[in-house]
Amino acid sequence: MKTTQPVGIKSVAVALVAASLLSGCASSGNPKDPIEGFNRAMFAFNEGLDSAIIKPVATGYEAVLPSPVRTGVTNFFSNIEDVFIGVNNLLQGKVPEAVSDLGRVVINTTIGLLGVIDFASDAGLEKHDEDFGQTFGRWGVGNGAYVVIPVFGPRTARDTVGLVLDVAADPVANHEPARVRDLALVLRLVNDRANLLPADKVVEEAALDKYSYIRDAYLQRRRNLIHDGNPPREREASADPTDLPPTAQAGTPEPRAEVVSGQPVPAVLAARTDTTEAK
Amino acid sequence: MKSLFAFFSGVLIAATAMAQDIAPDVLIKTVSEEVLDIVRKDKDIQSGNTRKAIDLVEAKVLPHFNFTRMTQLAVARNWRQANSAQQQVLTNEFRLLMVRTYSKALTEYKNQTINYKPFALKPGETDVRVRTEIKQAGAGKNIELDYYLERQGNGWKVYDIEVGGVSLVTNYRESFATEVGKTGIDGLIKSLQAKNKSGEATSVKK
Repeated sequence: MKTTQPVGIKSVAVALVAASLLSGCASSGNPKDPIEGFNRAMFAFNEGLDSAIIKPVATGYEAVLPSPVRTGVTNFFSNIEDVFIGVNNLLQGKVPEAVSDLGRVVINTTIGLLGVIDFASDAGLEKHDEDFGQTFGRWGVGNGAYVVIPVFGPRTARDTVGLVLDVAADPVANHEPARVRDLALVLRLVNDRANLLPADKVVEEAALDKYSYIRDAYLQRRRNLIHDGNPPREREASADPTDLPPTAQAGTPEPRAEVVSGQPVPAVLAARTDTTEAK
Repeated sequence: MKSLFAFFSGVLIAATAMAQDIAPDVLIKTVSEEVLDIVRKDKDIQSGNTRKAIDLVEAKVLPHFNFTRMTQLAVARNWRQANSAQQQVLTNEFRLLMVRTYSKALTEYKNQTINYKPFALKPGETDVRVRTEIKQAGAGKNIELDYYLERQGNGWKVYDIEVGGVSLVTNYRESFATEVGKTGIDGLIKSLQAKNKSGEATSVKK
């Protein structure tokens, strides 16, 4: 969906899926990321591309255009996107959501001046986030291997197939004449990137290893999206029994001991015990 | 008269806070609004003064977090391998990392507001999710921001935060496990310390 070069993307994507399925060579032991060597190389390539071209352009774009204009651009592409978000909701059997998406498109395309103003959100029609990868996930297709695709970035094998369909169904990528299409694709990419600029610094601050931080965040995010914000709890649940020792699963993790044994303490002191009484 | 009233209501609020449960959703809302109010008025934080943001987070937010639990969740199965001294250092370093990340996010604040989703505490519940979302000025999709709290003594403590479904705590699991696998608990401690040191350098530069 976040496209720059529709030409040849499909074949690249298909080749990558094949590569990710066949591979097993560059493994580092993480079962979710069997082609980590390849992925890290692609990640480095994308980071290079970003810092050399995309990010500087997005920074300039953000500096030059006033915020309301950028919001208009975001809304315009968001409105086009709503069409196939609705289609995906329908494919997932979520009829009320699909109807709401259709309503959004009708409202925003008309009184929202071709989508530039998002009246539908103000009217209480919530914006959804769906794509073909999520639809497959909803149908029960597993992630498959994690794969970093040039320009597009992180995907899973399933989401890569989804991406091929996303691009095929993308009204912007299929627009004629090609000159307008290319301009629109570049504008959308730059605008999307500009919207992500604030997140950059936070990720830099948070990540010890940016590659794995982005990878794990992507996988968590997709899991959350497929379950529409309510994935089964994985934290200490049965999903991965090796994650925590049995006592913790039973509901009495060690750090709680000080609360059980101690008197009820005022908040200020309680905060203190957290740090000083790790057992 | 007016000041007398203010005095008594102040005492009343303080007393209530001490003696009684603040519901988890009320806690989240109170703290969020208090912090955002300060950020809205503070041009230094808005223009990227990380040091000031960190002070704010330490004063207002930190007391409501359970960092031992957070660290335990992030280190996951290797937590048991660490001795108590290592657990202590891990917790301190992880706390620093969380505070820096949270503070960095505050310096990126630009007129967003927070919607608080309906919340009902069921009797006897000790582990809850309080759901909020960040509404961007203008448009775009709202960003879900969920807090997980557990009951602790008299009050509630946050032990996980999810942004758009991504846990800021468990997102470290794989990389921490890899690090421990390669270089042991001490290796993980070293890389956390190195990370926090490099963060220190950038925030001082600011």
